[in-house]
Amino acid sequence: MSTKKVIQVNKLTKNFGDFKAVNNITFDVGKGEVFGFLGANGAGKTTAMKMLIGITTPSSGKANVAGFDVNTHAEDIKKNIGYMSQKFALYDDLTVNENITFFGGIYGLTRKEIKEKSIELLKELNLEDVKNMLVASLPLGWKQKLSFSVSLLHNPKIVFLDEPTGGVDPITRRHFWEMIYKAASSGTTIFVTTHYMDEAEYCDRVSVMVNGKIEALDTPKKLKETYNVKSMDEVFLKLVRK
Amino acid sequence: MKITLYIIQKEFKQIFRNKGMLPIIFVLPLLQLIILSNTATFEVKNIQFSYIDNDHSTSSRALLEKFNASTYFDVVNGFNTSKEAESAMLEGAVDVVLEIPTDFHQHLLKNQKAVLGIRINAIDGAAAGVTNVYILQVLKSYNKQLQTKLVQFSNYNEKPVTIITIPSFWYNETLNYKTFMVPGILVLLVTMITLFLSGMNIVREKEIGTLEQINVTPIKKNQFIIGKLFPFWIIGILLLSVGLIISKIIFNVPMLGSYILMYSYTTIYILVILGIGLFISNYTDTQQQAMFIAWFFMVIFILMSGLFTPIESMPNWAQFITEFNPIKYFVEVMRMVMLKGASFNDILPQFLKTLLYAIVMNALAVWSYKKTN
Repeated sequence: MSTKKVIQVNKLTKNFGDFKAVNNITFDVGKGEVFGFLGANGAGKTTAMKMLIGITTPSSGKANVAGFDVNTHAEDIKKNIGYMSQKFALYDDLTVNENITFFGGIYGLTRKEIKEKSIELLKELNLEDVKNMLVASLPLGWKQKLSFSVSLLHNPKIVFLDEPTGGVDPITRRHFWEMIYKAASSGTTIFVTTHYMDEAEYCDRVSVMVNGKIEALDTPKKLKETYNVKSMDEVFLKLVRK
Repeated sequence: MKITLYIIQKEFKQIFRNKGMLPIIFVLPLLQLIILSNTATFEVKNIQFSYIDNDHSTSSRALLEKFNASTYFDVVNGFNTSKEAESAMLEGAVDVVLEIPTDFHQHLLKNQKAVLGIRINAIDGAAAGVTNVYILQVLKSYNKQLQTKLVQFSNYNEKPVTIITIPSFWYNETLNYKTFMVPGILVLLVTMITLFLSGMNIVREKEIGTLEQINVTPIKKNQFIIGKLFPFWIIGILLLSVGLIISKIIFNVPMLGSYILMYSYTTIYILVILGIGLFISNYTDTQQQAMFIAWFFMVIFILMSGLFTPIESMPNWAQFITEFNPIKYFVEVMRMVMLKGASFNDILPQFLKTLLYAIVMNALAVWSYKKTN
């Protein structure tokens, strides 16, 4: 693992009124790492992620993403990251090709780059036959894979994935993780939230968030040793029930 | 610039792909133009006219004949008593009751003066006022006829002095209300469509979650907003064009002024409306909320635009509020340019105010659009 840190979070906090959605979290993510960001529903994962991608301003604390400060240079961060939200966020009423062109376009890719990228991407996803179909007509698993590929269009340094495999069948999930590994092996940092503990095992390191705080952060192997259990599932339950 | 083009391209694709939306944008407004222009009339016609003739003389019959001859009045049967007439009015069967006293003819001959009773149903005050004017017109013409007759009876040598006024109505000589209404209704349609479309556009992306995806891209606020609004700007101008063609072909509304002037004003005007729509969109979370707020402003704008009721007769505070009503300026400009052939200098005040309004609204809209919250 490279020692270069691409995400550095220091005492990051977000309050909604009296409620501390994210409470003083501190962690680092290294370049090319697959970082699992776990936590129960409502633990503050999505809020924390939204601060890191520059669409929510932190109440206090600092974070540096891809070399830029989230408090002052959110727009610079956006050039260097990709994001895939919980909700499917491509345009249903555009075709596969049109979605790729649109997102490539607004990331500032040239026509030529967009063309090359989309041919490559469609081939990889096996979507060549449906490239002129409306995205709305695709099965969820295909949509999610497309969505992930679109978030990688502009070769971001870091990709943030918010529950990318929710509601997706096991085979597609497996395929999805192959894509994640491929991206990571080419140097892209992956920051992923998930509720599937088998997926947590695939991560280089995982953090577990409980009530706005990070309760544990280590490799899956070490976490299992620390808590003296056999699976990540049990680690998670131990931490969350505490 | 290139990025903006990608957004424009995407917006147009989405608009033309939405089969439900196209007729709403183009067919419905034009239907409205055709229907409303024929129905939104200030003329009062088919006034149900009844009478109580207590005199049954030649004079009273001549008077009733006058009303019968008028195209505005439908003379229904006479009543014998006030009571009958009142109950008929209560039922809504008659709008006017003319009561001729028993000695009408006598008084006319002896005193050259007689008193008539007129009751007008004034639930609709404006219509009652117009009815009253029509009745007075008929009575005046009856008077004149009578005067000549009476003068012949008497031995006076001097002729009665009568002053005749010949009104000449400028800019709309035949007082054709359609000429007056069509440009105004066209304004409403262009405004409504552009306001609703722009008001719901960004909030729709909020609802389906794509706005968040846009907000994590490095796109600049103004690139995004220009790209979003440009298609609706084009649609507004297209709508105006089709509306102008219809008003020429179907309603034969004259176009005395210059088309260039009208279009250059409209391009700025639509920017105001798009700015308002976007502003609404930024402060709402659902299309439903956006729709309600857009309607709220639309109703106020329409009623205070001077289209249906003259601004001059509003209370001072309301007249002040109309200064902030973009529709007011558009209605004024439309009518001035189409019916009076106004030049650029004539509409300069409206032009400058609209321009200022457009700048302020769009600045507010861009400012209130937040990529980060």
